Amino acid sequence: MINNAFGLIVTADRTTHLKDLTLSRSAAAVPFGGRYRFIDFTLSNMVNAGITSVGLITEKNYHSLMDHLGSGKEWDLHRKRDGLFILPPFMTKDNAGVFRGAIDALRSVMGYVRRTQEDYAVLSWPRVVMNMDLVPMMEQHVATGADITILYAEDGSLKPEDQNQDLRLVLDEKGRVIDMELDAFRPQSVNRSCDVMILKKELLEYLVEEAYARGEYDFHRDILLKKYKTLNIMGYKHEGFLARLESIEDYFAGNMALLNPDVQKDLFDPRRPIYTKVKDEVAARYSVSAQVKNSLVADGCLIEGQVENCVLFRGVHVKPGARVFNSIVMQGADVGENALLDHVILDKGVKILPGRTLQGYDSFPIVIRKNQTV
Amino acid sequence: MKKRIVVMLLAGGQGSRLGVLTSNMAKPAVPFGGKYRIIDFPLSNCVNSGFDTVGVLTQYRPLALNAYLGTGQHWDLDRNYGGVFVLPPYVTEGENGHWYSGTANAIWQNREFVDQYDPDYVLILSGDHIYKMDYAKMLAFHRQKKAAATIAVLQVPWEEAHRFGIMNANVDGFIESFEEKPKEPKSNLASMGIYIFDWKKLRSYMEADDADPNSSNDFGKNIIPAMLNAGETMVAYPFEGYWRDVGTIQSLWEANMDLLGQKPVLDLDDDAWRIYTRNPVMPPHYISLSAQVTNALVSEGAVVEGTVENSVIFSGAHIGKGATVKDSIIFPNAVVGKNVTVEKTIVGENSIIGDFSILGGPVRPGEKVNNKLTGDITLIGNDVTIPARAYVPKGQVVNTENPHEPAKEA
Repeated sequence: MINNAFGLIVTADRTTHLKDLTLSRSAAAVPFGGRYRFIDFTLSNMVNAGITSVGLITEKNYHSLMDHLGSGKEWDLHRKRDGLFILPPFMTKDNAGVFRGAIDALRSVMGYVRRTQEDYAVLSWPRVVMNMDLVPMMEQHVATGADITILYAEDGSLKPEDQNQDLRLVLDEKGRVIDMELDAFRPQSVNRSCDVMILKKELLEYLVEEAYARGEYDFHRDILLKKYKTLNIMGYKHEGFLARLESIEDYFAGNMALLNPDVQKDLFDPRRPIYTKVKDEVAARYSVSAQVKNSLVADGCLIEGQVENCVLFRGVHVKPGARVFNSIVMQGADVGENALLDHVILDKGVKILPGRTLQGYDSFPIVIRKNQTV
Repeated sequence: MKKRIVVMLLAGGQGSRLGVLTSNMAKPAVPFGGKYRIIDFPLSNCVNSGFDTVGVLTQYRPLALNAYLGTGQHWDLDRNYGGVFVLPPYVTEGENGHWYSGTANAIWQNREFVDQYDPDYVLILSGDHIYKMDYAKMLAFHRQKKAAATIAVLQVPWEEAHRFGIMNANVDGFIESFEEKPKEPKSNLASMGIYIFDWKKLRSYMEADDADPNSSNDFGKNIIPAMLNAGETMVAYPFEGYWRDVGTIQSLWEANMDLLGQKPVLDLDDDAWRIYTRNPVMPPHYISLSAQVTNALVSEGAVVEGTVENSVIFSGAHIGKGATVKDSIIFPNAVVGKNVTVEKTIVGENSIIGDFSILGGPVRPGEKVNNKLTGDITLIGNDVTIPARAYVPKGQVVNTENPHEPAKEA
């Protein structure tokens, strides 16, 4: 268990390319995996490691995120001492309330950072969905005496058009970072940062204040890239499942990966449960005409049609004769009689009228915005 | 501070007619409907009716129930003042305490709990019924009739009336007499075991009842007849809607089946009257490529790789490849192995059924099955491991003590 670290989550982030899914919510609040939001994975990883104080920096569109997190009780973070601190932007004499980058955001919450009792910060951007044990990473950080330890995973794919904050680490045989690249055209390393970092609280304060004093605002570019030669930065490898959620294709593929039972076992490891807001829906009901194959189905669904290779969120209704293939259907969506959907992402509350047909493609899933009627 | 009404929920019953399902938990903690426990129903009814102070009276195997209720947060019953309390029997100085000797005695022993809220009314509930009811309407009825006691009643088929406590009421709802399981019923208004009393009146009748050494300290047998004899105003509150006593294996199975079908007899998917529960922390359930699921309820954390028909699958249950589950109820975290056949069976929590087993098959010639409690429903208790290729005939009960007895080679 980690008892000497606090979590710091930066959700102020305009770099994801999730288009319509982030129109009315921050990327951290985007639904994932049938009943979760991105932030659930980041928060659960911290809580499961024993962290009891988590600061969450928000910027725009944080209503949906606040609504999801509430008092933090689903994560056991409604505490008298410590717990969940939501840190929205506010205007002060040296803060315009709008962040240019993570350094601005971090500097605006230094009050929270200074008040925490713990010596270490686990700094995280919720852009990666994974179930990871932070305890051995912390142990390695302390044992190696590193200044910063960065979580990374192997990532051979490269889609230059979707690159954003693609931080590559070149490591020596001891795991020390000897070179670093950000959004490189031809990266020299497959080791890509997962944007989870451990460092001493004082070092975080120093780095942020120093960079801010020089008018810098991008944590990756202005701190990590400029300092890796003088600081001892170590890598820590994540071996399990991981989904990066930077584009609609990533998002689609990441959800579809959950249909693989091995991925389910890894991401929903019962030793480290993923917590989320509870909705008290009834168990899902299958009618006599239901035909379901290879799908994840959340509580509250009523299925009367055909569903194959899908992720259905809570309270979805698939009416008789409807066919839904290779799709992600979010909470409360309603698919009318004899409609046909293939490679479609329906956001919350979408209504598909009877007989409508929508067909996307693997690399181009159709996204229907929240509460739209087709 | 005063509360207008305090709820006392009788959850002490051992539920012996539920056999091995209640061997390690009280009846109200028995699972129901894919993700609930029986006690979720009266508790959710309380919260949805706006009643926020509930005493849960328990004396049999309280651990599972205690752990389940916790602080009451899952029902929004973690309150600054009021909330949910588990009330076991206790010992006092000088005189030795004793177990609850009857339903009325359970309330009498906890009169101090009720008194601290100084309520005008108490609502008495049982922890073994499945129904959705607005108790606030019943309270309004009680006040309008200026009654000393109001008893919720349900019209039952005449041929079944002899199994219930029957209220003989006049056209205005005033109860004239009460008969416990009458041979020749004069009415078909059955008591649902839901009472509202004026607390001061009830307190004085309980006091008199407690002083009577011959009394069995029961609401139906003693308190209500005594109040009727004394000429108190007693009214019957007619309830229309779904109500089932799930105190037997047969009725528990039937009530679960009532959740299925094209238009379920009991539809729990009701935004205006949600049933709250302690939700398991589990991912959505997974239906694999080899699975086939029709007319079924499946809850979160379950994995289905076989065929499920006309059945209720609880959270975390696993149905293996090639298995067929029909007309059955699979309780939380139970594992049905590969190529297992399950017919009209209740499989208890955390039980493991070995591959190629047959549950609920026909009774073979010369085989003796003790099915006094179960009829034609096969019952596998909680935490039972059944070896591969076992054969469990229809109506058989299997528990942790005799898992191998019926497990003869098929």
